[in-house]
Amino acid sequence: MSDLAARRLSAETIPLTPRLALRDVRGITKRNLLRILRTPQLLVMSVAQPAIILLLLRYVLGGAIHIPGVDYVDYVVPGIFLEAVLIGGMTTALALAQDLQAGMIDRFRSLPMARSAFLAGRTLADLARSVLALFFIIGLGLLVGFRFHNTFAACLAGIGLIILFGYAFIWVYAAVGLAVKDPQTAQMAAILPMFILFFASSAVVPVATMPGWLQPFARNQPTSDVVNSVRALFEGGPLNPDLWQAIAWCCGIFVVFFIVSLNLYRRTA
Amino acid sequence: MVAAAVEVDRVTKQFGSTVALRDVSLTVEAGEVLALLGPNGAGKTTLIRILTTLLIPDSGRARVGSLDVQQDARAIRSLIGLAGQFASVDELLTGRENLELVGLLYHLEKSEYRRRAHDALEQMMLAGAGDKPVKTYSGGMRRRLDLAASLIGRPPILFLDEPTTGLDPRTRNDLWAFIEELVSEGTTVLLTTQYMDEAEHLADRIIVLDTGSIVAQGTADDLKDQLGGDVLEIRVSDLADLERAAALVAQFGSVAPRLNPDLKGVSLPVTGSAKVLIAAGRALDDSGIALDDLEIRRPSLDDVFLTFTGHGAATSGDGATRSIPGGPDE
Repeated sequence: MSDLAARRLSAETIPLTPRLALRDVRGITKRNLLRILRTPQLLVMSVAQPAIILLLLRYVLGGAIHIPGVDYVDYVVPGIFLEAVLIGGMTTALALAQDLQAGMIDRFRSLPMARSAFLAGRTLADLARSVLALFFIIGLGLLVGFRFHNTFAACLAGIGLIILFGYAFIWVYAAVGLAVKDPQTAQMAAILPMFILFFASSAVVPVATMPGWLQPFARNQPTSDVVNSVRALFEGGPLNPDLWQAIAWCCGIFVVFFIVSLNLYRRTA
Repeated sequence: MVAAAVEVDRVTKQFGSTVALRDVSLTVEAGEVLALLGPNGAGKTTLIRILTTLLIPDSGRARVGSLDVQQDARAIRSLIGLAGQFASVDELLTGRENLELVGLLYHLEKSEYRRRAHDALEQMMLAGAGDKPVKTYSGGMRRRLDLAASLIGRPPILFLDEPTTGLDPRTRNDLWAFIEELVSEGTTVLLTTQYMDEAEHLADRIIVLDTGSIVAQGTADDLKDQLGGDVLEIRVSDLADLERAAALVAQFGSVAPRLNPDLKGVSLPVTGSAKVLIAAGRALDDSGIALDDLEIRRPSLDDVFLTFTGHGAATSGDGATRSIPGGPDE
């Protein structure tokens, strides 16, 4: 009996190849997509929230907001697109905290899978949901009077930038979820920075209308650079320097929070 | 000389100011079943987490399958299976989806993990529920699925963290039988438990852990022998007599008698069984203490535990005060 046991112990381990690592990512992504599909209430929430804000700003508050030289609907709707992908990222924090609490992360960490695959699979599934929500909100935006005025390629680039922005922030939320470890706290911890980044930016009103102390922050944070670029890509207008700053923000946030999240994942106890 | 399946050498782990493991050393031979026995907060789960590469020890060395837990973590992960105390299966996936995912992550070919998931569902009596979401499962079904998931990779070393806590006796027996079958196929098992009968039933060797240190080890019989002799057990008819009865028989033992007011009982490790029984009976009778029961018995692992740690094994009250506040252990 112990001979058999000893023989089984000396089995060769399969080396982790890039092909296997990608297969791990696919497996985890599929698991998370199934989870998203099986909690339709969360899916509806992540679409309903930006839809409500969109309708509120378009029909309730929008009449009182006048921005020289542009229709308010064309001004605010690109901002709501960003909000749609930001709010989608919040569920990343929630889902990771849930996985931690349920012991799922222990299970995955005790398996010979690629370590980064767990987070890659999580963020890719959440990105799919964000993109879905984004397309829904684009449809709603068109219904309430928003129009793309630039070339098809420029508009596509704008949508691409929104998706890049959303994916970068999914990694921020991944770090939040892994750091706080408790689903309720994760939701709370995620919602506050989201609101600050969204409302204290040029997404809803021009920064110049804000009090002086808030302007430096509002002007120099990623949401403003991204939303200014997206507007320019959708409506036509100058891209410099916002677009390069926006891309730099997204890449910087992605790299920093990818590293932070991976370290948190490795060390979670 | 065959290398040991698990070697732990002077491992210490601390969470804040709480010492979860203090200088713990142990070995599990290939093919052996070792039970870590101890109350909540004894450090059992911490040790399992270190050996399954989930936690890094503060000091000391741990090797699994001759591989170092820190240097060769990934290679270890393909040798081990872990079934946790809290069944870590995905509630929203079906039983089959859970097993197939774990199989994929063990890097089995698709046809292979599909076949193994199918077989595992049959074996664990989950075939009918295999395509239902896990959130509809009972506690016992979840535990069986968790065990099945840990076995999909056919790991030569299996870590079971309190595999039957909270299960009904029948499900427990089923799981025991299944674990025995795995052992007969050459699986090395390290399990933690709070239950004496579980350790006695499954394990070749038992290590008693208390507040992070090993307090006793050996086979179940070794441990009982270490107590030396037998246990005198008294049940008084009237609870008011309990303390007086304990004081009367204290002279027959080398340690203080243990009182159990719930059972109106006193128990005391003694040597020289028959003489003690007669003398104790006479002393109690002379003092007019009415008895429900008076007996001499072989010590149970419970007695072993109480003697070595000074408190009961599965007594939740005692355990709760010893668990690590907010810590990851148990």
